[in-house]
Amino acid sequence: MQNFLQTFFNTKVMAQYLPDILSGMLVAIWIGLAVVVAGIAGGLALACLRTYRIRACNVFIICFADIFRALPPLVLILLLYFGLPGAGIRLSGPMVLFIVLALTLAAFAEEIFWAGFASIEKGQWEAGISTGLGFSRTLIYVALPQAVRLAMPPLVNRVLAITKMTALGSVIGVSEILSAATTAQSFSGSATPLSMAAIAYLILFLPLVFVARMVERRQDMRRGR
Amino acid sequence: MQSITDQFFNLTIMAKTLPLMLSGLWMTAQLCAAVILLGLVGGLLVALANISPRAWLRIPSIVFTDIFRALPPLVLLIFIYSGLPFAGVEISPFAAVALAFLLNNSSYYAEVYRAGILSVGKGQWEAARSTGLTKAQTLSSVVLPQAIRNVLPDLLSNTVEVVKLTSLASVVSLSELLYNANMARSITYNASPLVLAALIYLVILWPVVRLVSRFQRKLAA
Repeated sequence: MQNFLQTFFNTKVMAQYLPDILSGMLVAIWIGLAVVVAGIAGGLALACLRTYRIRACNVFIICFADIFRALPPLVLILLLYFGLPGAGIRLSGPMVLFIVLALTLAAFAEEIFWAGFASIEKGQWEAGISTGLGFSRTLIYVALPQAVRLAMPPLVNRVLAITKMTALGSVIGVSEILSAATTAQSFSGSATPLSMAAIAYLILFLPLVFVARMVERRQDMRRGR
Repeated sequence: MQSITDQFFNLTIMAKTLPLMLSGLWMTAQLCAAVILLGLVGGLLVALANISPRAWLRIPSIVFTDIFRALPPLVLLIFIYSGLPFAGVEISPFAAVALAFLLNNSSYYAEVYRAGILSVGKGQWEAARSTGLTKAQTLSSVVLPQAIRNVLPDLLSNTVEVVKLTSLASVVSLSELLYNANMARSITYNASPLVLAALIYLVILWPVVRLVSRFQRKLAA
């Protein structure tokens, strides 16, 4: 037991590498927030655009959403980070991570919001338009609030799953929690930094897990389950 | 333009690296078979514990699902792969991936199963029990078939995520599709192998993604 604690929870190692892990947490938070804002905004915009049913536009949106839901983010990260310089474009690690995760979240968010729009009855649209609101205002004032409410539980789950992927940044040298921890692990020859990374992630993401559960429960109650 | 096709869609390089990619694909397939099976079985057990009336089963299983929903799979994988040797346990990359994904996926599959089981009305339980079926029989032949049918789209979309996640195995040098593609890229100084890997993932997963979307629409209608 003593041995186990020495290996995984060595207080001396912990004190030494705490600043690195904390700055990694900060990096993860910043990239995560940027991804959430850009991804949700992008997904919402695409879903709204899709309600106008412009054929060429919708083909593009559907292909975009399908491709980014089907491709593993790590493949895209490696492709942008190692492949783009061949085309003369060099992006920093954090930039690549942000772009890939934001596009992935946008694709999933688009599908989630679109499912919300699709489940709104046709009569709602007709009623809105017949009161003279016009299509765009019916979209914004009538359809959107309902779609957003329906989208909340799956959206929160997806946000959780995708912001967790900031850990993938460690593969391309983004100094987030995991890369700080693996560097510290090889310097210190102790597994303690890895435990610290796990704890850091739990501190960041357990609250989100609870929020996800709460949102789900509230939705279930509204449906009267 | 020429240089871009040379860098990203170089057919000669793609053809040359194809055998390497196919052997990677084979490893990915084995990995998928292992982690999907483990996740489906593990998830069911966790889900059953999750809804159990016995607190000593329910509470630890809920803590389990929450923790593994909060931990990024890559962190878990690195922890197992580079951390366990410190505790004197040497573990192969394949076993590390299988163990990490068993923990991660069972908590995700458990959430799906749980939603499915809860979607089956209480009357079904009562009716089945009143005909003399035992609890286990009720579960396996009345509740679970309906539960699984109700959440089939979610099970499928979760499985897509699991397949995508197997690409993380490249980080612990398991020679699966992405690892081999990245290896080929660094040998040829050309991104075409990565593009080829992306295309292979697309060909396999796009139809499934379409299917999930159609399923979900049908369910909503």
